[in-house]
Amino acid sequence: MNPVIQLEDIHKTYHTGEVEVQAVQGVSLEIMPGEFVAIMGASGSGKSTLMNLIGCLDRPTRGRYCLDGIDVSTLDRDALADIRNRKIGFVFQGFNLLSRTSALENVEMPMLYHHQHLTARQQHESALRALELVGLAQRADHHPNQLSGGQQQRVAIARALVNQPALLLADEPTGNLDSQTSIEIMGVFQRLNDQGITLVMVTHELDIARYTRRNIVLRDGRVVSDRAVTARLNADAELRRLQEAHQAVKLTA
Amino acid sequence: MRIFATLRIALRALRRNKMRTILTMLGMIIGVGAVIASVSITSGAKQQVEEQIASLGENMLLIFPGSFSSSGARLGWGNWHSLQLEDALAIQTQLQGVTAVSPENNTRAQVIAGDQNWNTRIQGESPQYLQIRQWPLAEGEIFDDQQVRKAAKVCVIGNTVAQQLFPNEDPLGRMIRIRDVPCQIIGVLQPKGLSPMGSDQDDVVIVPYTTELKRINRETWLDVILVQAVSSAAMPIVQQEITSLLMQRHHIKPGGDMDFVVRSQEDIAQAATTTARVMGALLAGVAAVSLVVGGIGIMNIMLVSVTERTREIGIRMAVGARGGDILVQFLIEAVTLSLIGGAIGIGSGMGISHLVASITRWPTFTPILWIGVASFSSAVIGVVSGFYPAWKASKLDPIEALRYE
Repeated sequence: MNPVIQLEDIHKTYHTGEVEVQAVQGVSLEIMPGEFVAIMGASGSGKSTLMNLIGCLDRPTRGRYCLDGIDVSTLDRDALADIRNRKIGFVFQGFNLLSRTSALENVEMPMLYHHQHLTARQQHESALRALELVGLAQRADHHPNQLSGGQQQRVAIARALVNQPALLLADEPTGNLDSQTSIEIMGVFQRLNDQGITLVMVTHELDIARYTRRNIVLRDGRVVSDRAVTARLNADAELRRLQEAHQAVKLTA
Repeated sequence: MRIFATLRIALRALRRNKMRTILTMLGMIIGVGAVIASVSITSGAKQQVEEQIASLGENMLLIFPGSFSSSGARLGWGNWHSLQLEDALAIQTQLQGVTAVSPENNTRAQVIAGDQNWNTRIQGESPQYLQIRQWPLAEGEIFDDQQVRKAAKVCVIGNTVAQQLFPNEDPLGRMIRIRDVPCQIIGVLQPKGLSPMGSDQDDVVIVPYTTELKRINRETWLDVILVQAVSSAAMPIVQQEITSLLMQRHHIKPGGDMDFVVRSQEDIAQAATTTARVMGALLAGVAAVSLVVGGIGIMNIMLVSVTERTREIGIRMAVGARGGDILVQFLIEAVTLSLIGGAIGIGSGMGISHLVASITRWPTFTPILWIGVASFSSAVIGVVSGFYPAWKASKLDPIEALRYE
């Protein structure tokens, strides 16, 4: 089986004025299909830069990056846009849905830029399927301001899934959510991962990282730790425990 | 990326900010509306003048008596009795390319019929006069050559005269007295309307030129000679030939003082339409300026829109929109703005010109060509003013754009 992500000695250097910032210094790693990886690190550790590189939003200064068997380290802007469209689904911290646009239309949006032109009906059906996958099919015509944070993030996940990407890339997906909703979102991720979808998630929250299968820790642009998660949390079980705890508080009150 | 999907995105973005969209369009609406209204009004005016010129006659040349120097004092055009009947006859007999000639002598006179009287213009003409002027008779007929030879006491009257002297009767066959000369009415002309100079062409009595010269006005000279050329193409040549012939007959050396002037219908048309053209050019200039202002308005709003929607652009780029897709999206938005504004502008411009027409009774009409021109320039303004903002949007860095607050 070929790795989905193959990074070979990736460097990224920024020039801000006269100062040279080496954000990523020689990262090499492989992520296989079906993995669920958390990339962790303090701010300034280079995890956002690595995230942008993996997401094909940026090109490495040096090194080689193969995504799903394609060397993307030398592609131009337009080719990178096509790669993002076909191979990567993004989930952001701030949801980044288009306002005053229904959930369904938000999910349809990536298909507008797909090289294969789908009919409006096909787009509709694909978008509805993606919304079903995250359990929001019944809210397809709601606008983002009519949805809770967790629901908005699930619409964003549906949008990321709609083009059937090789990789789901989540940047602090629970950063704007309360703890219960965070666990719900991790539950969605775990279910998707169980169905074979490859997930890479950037986070700085340790307990969130424990829902994944593999944790990679960055410091000063280098990988300092890369190991499988031993005591993996199950979102459904955690959610049940949380609800029981809430119940207990109510009973005593 | 499909155009229809992009168009839908653009329309939705425009709907989202209705007030701003309307205000932005207002620039285009006013600009295009001003163009259409001014073009409609001036083309209406031009058309009217052209129709009046055409009503003068067909392929017509007019010869007027010229200026004259008397002891160093130069008299203006038309003040000398330099045109003689023989000149008209010479033109008719000697020049090819001339189909009809009418030697005219005119005067104003009181005309009496029964207990009615009316002051009108009396014109002595040849029988070909009506052919030259393209002026059909309503009833009766024009006098013939024999009646001209005999200086017969017959006349053909215009519609206005008929109405003034015979309000409730058929004038045909009745007698009228022109300066004590009784004349029988043998024809009544169809109404012709106003001349390009605004006088009533129907207020006229036409008699044989011999009757006019010998019996009514008792002059020996002509006020004007009307000549019809065989075709409009022949007119410059005929004009030249008449000039040469009359110079020879009047013993004028090349470069000497001309005692006559030959004018073609086109000369008159040009003089009359120049005003309309200048007015039109001025109005169009003002309208063009307001179009440019409208374009600047669109560019301004598109720049604001790009800044406001930086994050949206970032999201679209992240999910795979190319720079070109973003460029097209914003271009279509700008063109949609300008085209809808232009369409409303065309409608309101036509509305204004109709309003002007109904209030002032000026004839107005909107040439189809100008509707095309207005639509096309709206689209061009949309593309031109939308291009820079759209280009700016397409060059955004997706990482920066996503981070934009």
